[in-house]
Amino acid sequence: MKVVTGQRPRMHRVLFDLPATMIIGGIILFASFVLAFFPSLFAPYDPNAFDYGALLHAPTLAHPFGTDNYGRDMLSRVIHAYTIDMQIAVFATIVPVIVGTLIGAVVGYAGGLTEAFFGRVVDAIITFPFLVLVIAIVSVLGPGLINMYIAVGIIDWVFYGRLTAAEIKVQKRLDYADAGRVMGYRPSRVVFRHLLPNAMTPALVYWMTDMALAILLGSSLGYLGLGAQPPAAEWGVLIADGKNFMTTAWWISIFPGLAIVITGLGFSLFGDGLAEFLRTRR
Amino acid sequence: MSAKTDGLHVRGLCATFETPRGPARAVDGVDLDIAPGEVFGLVGESGSGKSVTLRALMRLVHPPGRVEGNVAWQGRDLMAMKPEELRRMRGGEIAMIFQEPMTALNPVLPVRVQIEENLRAHTDMNRRERRARALELLDIVGIPAAARRLDEYPHQFSGGMRQRVMIAIALASSPKLLLADEPTTALDVTIQDQILKLLLDLRDEFSMSVVFVTHDLGVVASLCDRMAVMYAGRIVETGTVSEVFATPHHPYTRGLLGSVPHGGAERTMLASIEGTPPGLASLPAGCAFHPRCEFATDECRRERPALEPFAPGRSVACFHHERVARAEELA
Repeated sequence: MKVVTGQRPRMHRVLFDLPATMIIGGIILFASFVLAFFPSLFAPYDPNAFDYGALLHAPTLAHPFGTDNYGRDMLSRVIHAYTIDMQIAVFATIVPVIVGTLIGAVVGYAGGLTEAFFGRVVDAIITFPFLVLVIAIVSVLGPGLINMYIAVGIIDWVFYGRLTAAEIKVQKRLDYADAGRVMGYRPSRVVFRHLLPNAMTPALVYWMTDMALAILLGSSLGYLGLGAQPPAAEWGVLIADGKNFMTTAWWISIFPGLAIVITGLGFSLFGDGLAEFLRTRR
Repeated sequence: MSAKTDGLHVRGLCATFETPRGPARAVDGVDLDIAPGEVFGLVGESGSGKSVTLRALMRLVHPPGRVEGNVAWQGRDLMAMKPEELRRMRGGEIAMIFQEPMTALNPVLPVRVQIEENLRAHTDMNRRERRARALELLDIVGIPAAARRLDEYPHQFSGGMRQRVMIAIALASSPKLLLADEPTTALDVTIQDQILKLLLDLRDEFSMSVVFVTHDLGVVASLCDRMAVMYAGRIVETGTVSEVFATPHHPYTRGLLGSVPHGGAERTMLASIEGTPPGLASLPAGCAFHPRCEFATDECRRERPALEPFAPGRSVACFHHERVARAEELA
């Protein structure tokens, strides 16, 4: 509450106030998205070019991450994989975020039978382990990224729905909700215009974690051969490629694994900082 | 009720909440008549049902709370209205000011949006007119530098300023009836005074009726035309403010008035009403006030006195109101 002058808080003040975790996470995510959008600018080689003169080379200056059994430069493959894996993070979660949040808002506001019904749907879906359910759906639809998005979309929205419904239930009992009602606004206006912006925080924070989970899921399915298909460079696929050489050429699997860890860490740190930031702003 | 088509008329309003110890009647058979342009004070201590009465009037009691009774506004039955009709009424002809200025504004929207929203819902104004009206409203409620402050968020306003913003929103569509739920309780006395003057000015300007809920008798004395005193969900005494203050006929009213400090008088112990208000789920038999009443007799413990008129414009729910009034005159 330090601003009383009537001016909007200045940009550098806002940046200065951000939690450190959010800044570190933000830098990692920014770098990841830059790599994802412009992989060719950073990759020293063509990720799919074979070099039979340099098979299974350990990391050197020429190939900092080494080469695989076809002589492909691992650094270039890891960088090009950013394109697919960041796409997985966003595409797999964006529909569940929007659909789940909207459904959650309506359910939380309506309460009663609607909510009871929604609760049973949620129960039915989360009874199954997430990964098992996704694998089951992908096996039916067939392997590939699009089918993975569909499978995640069918399941993932319930988590956002549940979070938002719970928060809406809190918000709808507050005075400003009654004030909106007593002002004669339609229920839809009260829910979407007044309550939802105040109730989105948990879903927003969870979204960050969920994108990290989506990358893990994409990699897991890629590893199992149900997600991105070789020769596409995708971290899970790369790790799977390296599994036969684990004892002799560890770098093939390790570096994609590190990329997963760092990107996941970026999302988690950013989400953590975002939660803190939104909490202190209240 | 047929002839009365002006103002607000409430008959037998009840609000019941289920509790583990049985149903609690927060409001139990309240009757009110408020004329156009009248400022009506509803007084009582915490938990006496004042706020719930207002909420019940506006159909703002959330399930599983239940509301029964008749509420007629300008001859139309508020309790039977369809949602569409009710929406037009709420915020349009009837506006409400909430007790807590800290929570009754939406924290994520600038105040301009919140004021213009009401205008959009209840008037035909276009965008430019709405902007002008929003600015004018902030001016009316006495917010300095209104043009600049319109684009600020609620957290940038102090408590008193937020209360004014809430009043501005409530007044946006020039309501005919304003329900004010302790609008000054959260404010310090100087701001309180400004807000009360403002409400009176606005009453004259818009000729609206005001129902003013408070536990502050000083506010009632300076602001209201008529008043009702509530105890345990029932009205125990009504009348014009000057009459009730001069000769209270209910022992509870008498106790309330006796517990107000008087400036300039000799320093004495401040009188208080012994005991605490009863729990709503376990009201005592007979008159709900009898355990705390110095006038109580066996009759009070057996039977509940009804609210009955004893003089033009005055009613009281007490078997011994004449004795109470005489005691007041002797004191």
